[in-house]
Amino acid sequence: MSFVKLSASALAIAAVSATTATARDQVQVAGSSTVLPYASIVAEAFGENFDFPTPVVESGGSSAGLKRFCEGVGENTIDVANASRQIREKEIKACADAGVTDIIEVQIGYDGIVFASDINGNSFEFTPEDWYNALSAQIVVDGQLVDNPNKTWADVNPAFPAQPIAAFIPGTKHGTREVFEDKVILAGCEHLGDFDAYLAAAEGDNDKAKKKAAEKACIALRTDGVSVDIDGDYTETLARIDSNKDGIGVFGLAFYENNTDKLQVATMSGIVPSTESIATGEYPVSRPLFFYVKKAHIGVIPGLKEYAEFFVADEIAGPDGPLAEYGLVSDPELVKVQEAVANETVLGGGS
Amino acid sequence: MTDFSQSSEATPTAKPKSESLFKMDARTKKRNAAETRFKFYGIVAIGIGLLMLVVLVTNIVTAGTGAFQQSFLDLNVELKADKLDKKGNRNIEDIKKVSTFGYAPLIASALESEVEKLGIQSGLTPKEMGKILSKAAQAELRNFVIANPGKIGETVSFRFLVNSRVDGYMKGRVSRESIANDKGISVEQLDFVDQLRNAGVLYKAFNPDFIFGTDASDQRPEAAGIGVAMLGSLFMMFVVLALALPIGVAASIYLEEFAPQNRLTDIIEVNISNLAAVPSIVFGILGLAVFINYMHLPTSAPLVGGLVLTLMTLPTIIISTRASLKAVPPSIRDAALGVGASKMQAVFHHVLPLAAPGILTGTIIGLAQALGETAPLLLIGMVGFIASNAPDGVVAGFLSPNSAMPAQIYEWSKRADPAFYERAWGGIIILLIFLVTMNTIAVILRRRFERRW
Repeated sequence: MSFVKLSASALAIAAVSATTATARDQVQVAGSSTVLPYASIVAEAFGENFDFPTPVVESGGSSAGLKRFCEGVGENTIDVANASRQIREKEIKACADAGVTDIIEVQIGYDGIVFASDINGNSFEFTPEDWYNALSAQIVVDGQLVDNPNKTWADVNPAFPAQPIAAFIPGTKHGTREVFEDKVILAGCEHLGDFDAYLAAAEGDNDKAKKKAAEKACIALRTDGVSVDIDGDYTETLARIDSNKDGIGVFGLAFYENNTDKLQVATMSGIVPSTESIATGEYPVSRPLFFYVKKAHIGVIPGLKEYAEFFVADEIAGPDGPLAEYGLVSDPELVKVQEAVANETVLGGGS
Repeated sequence: MTDFSQSSEATPTAKPKSESLFKMDARTKKRNAAETRFKFYGIVAIGIGLLMLVVLVTNIVTAGTGAFQQSFLDLNVELKADKLDKKGNRNIEDIKKVSTFGYAPLIASALESEVEKLGIQSGLTPKEMGKILSKAAQAELRNFVIANPGKIGETVSFRFLVNSRVDGYMKGRVSRESIANDKGISVEQLDFVDQLRNAGVLYKAFNPDFIFGTDASDQRPEAAGIGVAMLGSLFMMFVVLALALPIGVAASIYLEEFAPQNRLTDIIEVNISNLAAVPSIVFGILGLAVFINYMHLPTSAPLVGGLVLTLMTLPTIIISTRASLKAVPPSIRDAALGVGASKMQAVFHHVLPLAAPGILTGTIIGLAQALGETAPLLLIGMVGFIASNAPDGVVAGFLSPNSAMPAQIYEWSKRADPAFYERAWGGIIILLIFLVTMNTIAVILRRRFERRW
């Protein structure tokens, strides 16, 4: 009989506590796994220096985070979405449909994307063209679009060693993939003039549609196993390179800097990636990092505005702060960002 | 086998009957050889299994024991009043205004004077010296000052954690060669570490904070602990126990003792067995849809995790409970009914107590399975930088965001700093200790109380 009593009381406790659960007292954050380390550093320092509890930071990817962000307004939705890319029009619309209208966009700085290989292997000096030639599904040979025939890096560029091409690149759910496609593959494609060949071959009703189709064709990667999509984290990419010494992986700068004993970094267009070369814009493959705050939650969730302000404060996100130490490239216009957060400036103008 | 002469007649090549029975013929030899071979295969199979176990355990132990030790630095810090309490009125609100970053110079100058006292020449600036300490040191110092504002102005001795790279150097993971491209630490700093080690102020020691502490951010792996995640697991197990055991036992008693045998109960039975085989991630999706999106329970809460794991554990408990109820001989029921007990009395007074050891064993094994589950927790938001607040009370334990041990291990294994990798293995050791203990209890219960009929 005690079973019955036990379960009844358990259910009662659950029910009572569920109703008292309405007041959430910590900030909830979710989104990009690239921003996660920075957000966790900030959350930890925030918990230490303020009387608010340490915010909860979940990962899951930029798109997943923004999707949860746009689920609606209320205690059961997250307050902040981290993203390694800017929010898309489609997502803003989805947000608005769910009642999330006032979104504060905060750019925290820049993150570099580096190409690294096993420390004991060959070293490389890449250009975007090399990567395009190595990984694109089709390339132009003698004026004709043909399936990519390159098997080794020497085929791509005679200056490289005859090492088989094996690339481990982020899967499509990562924001990093978009940057890789835009700043490396597409840039290489346009630079080589292959873009025009695609444009000539593209089908579409008007010029705009044709251009879009050509861009899509440019960034279509080969599917013969030479390029491997990694849907997990950088640790998985590292493990792949560990087992395949010929492999070259795409990493975030911060991850590389924590694993310099296992990886050597390749230069891009002759520039060694570092926080300095990314800050000056010399190193071409970088992207801004963002987080988005739900304005409707400010004042409802204790500490939300303080968290956002603390994140972009000079002592945190500035060039000497802990985020820069970990690998974030500080935003040169941080003052403007701080102002925007303080004024709660929302997307699409207004306040 | 039964008739030797018959079998020898059946085969034309058999030896004549006059042969002694003690002498083996070809077929017997062949059969014996087959048996020996089979035994050998069995031994090989067990051997491979054992080898795997040994490899796994050695791997875990060698990779994980490092996490239980941490390098510390003893330091006397002068809590300078002009830095910490500028107004000098010991007002706690004013003291709180000094952030953790404000404590860094204090630690650096303390280290500088300590080095002078020890007579170490390093050629490093105080700031560079301070970098060998963990960032957690500043937080530790600030918490101390806020808790004891009266100590401002005095010199207090502390035991600070050192930075993960220095700790890695002390543990042999980091060497002078491996940091060639590392921006976090320099060879000079390692020389300095050697000097401090020789002076006896920098040393390795057992680190209880790994077992009882909270998770730490990516920048200070040395300070991360599994304690809060352990509490999260504990609260989840409470929920599972409080819900899955009564519901599971009630369902199996009804199905086994009271329900009529018809098509409906057959379908239920088959479905319970099917449920036991459903991948756990499915329960995670269900939990997200039902408990969080529909019932609006808080995300990342151990209560929701426990509910999801309850769904997962129920079939295991029902199946094992039914098996142990079935194992109670019908004569017990008949005897009870014969002396005038009602059916319910017969079940609760006689059958259930006899089946209890089996039920408990099944429950413990179900709980152990739930304890090691990560996949459903991914979907209800229990993976991430979460286990950083110790819950302040029982209700908060169920409702405030928390992680669980396997989720914490998964999270650590994803982080960039190699020092987290060591902690992931350390976490596995702790989790395995829990699982082995639970399974041992289950075995002991079965051995002690189970009755064979």
